[in-house]
Amino acid sequence: MNAASPLLSVRGVETYYGNIIALRGVDLDVHVGEIVTLIGANGAGKSTLMMTICGSPQARTGSVTFDGTDITRMPTHEIMRMAIAQSPEGRRIFPRMTVLENLQMGAGVTDLSHFDEDLQKVYELFPVLKARRNQRGGTLSGGEQQMLAIGRALMSRPRLLLLDEPSLGLAPLVVKQIFAAIAELNRTEGLTVFLVEQNAFHALKLAHRGYVMVNGSITMNGTGAELLAREEVRAAYLEGGRH
Amino acid sequence: MEYFVQQLINGLTLGSIYGLIAIGYTMVYGIIGMINFAHGDIFMVGSFIALIAIIAFGLTAGSSLAVLILALILVLLIAMALTSVYGWTVERLAYRPLRGSFRLAPLITAIGMSIVLQNFVQIAQGARVKPLQPLFSGGFTLMELEGPTGAVFRVNLSFAQILIIVTTVVLMTVFTLIIAKTSLGRSQRACEQDRKMAALLGVNVDRTISLTFVMGAALAAVAGLMYLLYYGVIDFYIGFIAGVKAFTAAVLGGIGSLPGAMLGGLLIGLIETFWSAYFSIEYKDVAAFSILAIVLIFLPSGILGRPEVEKV
Ligand SMILES: Nc1ncnc2c1ncn2[C@@H]1O[C@H](COP(=O)(O)OP(=O)(O)OP(=O)(O)O)[C@@H](O)[C@H]1O
Ligand SMILES: [Mg+2]
Repeated sequence: MNAASPLLSVRGVETYYGNIIALRGVDLDVHVGEIVTLIGANGAGKSTLMMTICGSPQARTGSVTFDGTDITRMPTHEIMRMAIAQSPEGRRIFPRMTVLENLQMGAGVTDLSHFDEDLQKVYELFPVLKARRNQRGGTLSGGEQQMLAIGRALMSRPRLLLLDEPSLGLAPLVVKQIFAAIAELNRTEGLTVFLVEQNAFHALKLAHRGYVMVNGSITMNGTGAELLAREEVRAAYLEGGRH
Repeated sequence: MEYFVQQLINGLTLGSIYGLIAIGYTMVYGIIGMINFAHGDIFMVGSFIALIAIIAFGLTAGSSLAVLILALILVLLIAMALTSVYGWTVERLAYRPLRGSFRLAPLITAIGMSIVLQNFVQIAQGARVKPLQPLFSGGFTLMELEGPTGAVFRVNLSFAQILIIVTTVVLMTVFTLIIAKTSLGRSQRACEQDRKMAALLGVNVDRTISLTFVMGAALAAVAGLMYLLYYGVIDFYIGFIAGVKAFTAAVLGGIGSLPGAMLGGLLIGLIETFWSAYFSIEYKDVAAFSILAIVLIFLPSGILGRPEVEKV
């Protein structure tokens, strides 16, 4: 792949729920090896964009391109088999499956050759998952479920990892731990990450670049440091939200 | 006592058949939350396919035991394969296009499919009952007792009963392992718990649902052959009564639960047999229907079912 073309490219995407428009022409790029974050108020359309990338719901107009392939009209499971993984809003772990089975689900349906190796990596990242591996997912605490959702997404060896509010409902210490894990994976393995966050301060510090979404449109973008420095961003998303 | 043991054996045999059918109801309900009313008729189709295959092979009680068993395995495989095609087609034609439509829509087409299958078989095979001469005559006598009046009472375990119970135990074990251990089984459970998330993990949800129908139909075909061997007569209408009883079994065990379907099947088989033995054979179907009503009122989530409310 040529270095200049982005790994993920979203162009003029409009997404509707029935007749209600949720995304109003979104343009966004994620390059290989980048951590890109998307911030915005509740109901701005962040999760909708995440799900639109995965084809559920599909964009009504515009296009989503992954590694040069137009995936706008592909069924969700085929998109995910191109090595995109998502840890979705609300975690969505399988409550009546064990932790191990949840991770097995993450490993994908076909290639299981490096399952053990990947499993060890996830256990190293989140040792609590190893201790709880035979426990049902639904009995984990909220934070543990979040770790499981991220671990499950990592099991497929994604080339693009989509994280929708990984810090939601977690203790500050755990948030730090998860963000440190993301930074580490990005540094050592060059993992490309697209991250939606309420916790704008942390997210913008972690990310190489960021986008701000308001009411279904991208209104600002720039490097993490640039956005952090901007008055509008500070006023809207950071005041009182440092921790 | 001997009478009781005999009824126990008969009840377990019948219960095995109901259990095999009940699995199809419970799995489909688990994965798409719908009662597949055509499932009883899929069982009936399986039974007819088995009968046709037996006649085509020219099997009679005169065939040697080795030939008979080998041929029956072949009949079983043929019936499973062809009935699966019916199960798959019904889902493809009648249910998949309505997925995401209002909840009652697939239920209505399910009843439609049930009528279609019954009429199809009635026209293709005729409305009269089809007899099959018993293939296995022998069996074991487990107990023999002389009553006070001098009458001798024997407790029999026939070859057909052994065949039915053994096959059922084997199939249910295999089946439970598939669901618990294989990646297909995991995908099915994932679709059951969160279809959208399953797709986000690369599971082809439509295909997984199709395979669930195929598996249910294959087990119904096994039940169809068992029924044929046990009763020796079938007609295009057997799917209705057997279907309702198997459905009752699934509800009794806890709809959506696999072990529940097996347990429910056995219980319904036992209840029906004992009811006929000790009370009234004319009202044996009423027993099953009454249980359905009672369970729905007092134990809606069944014996092994999970309650509707759940912390996630
Ligand atoms: N399934 C749905 N059906 C109808 N409308 C929806 C659906 N999902 C989201 N919406 C609407 O689309 C808009 C964007 O929602 P979305 O979940 O993408 O916001 P978000 O930016 O992720 O918000 P939050 O920060 O609260 O998670 C909202 O107005 C929401 O009400
Ligand atoms: Mg959201």
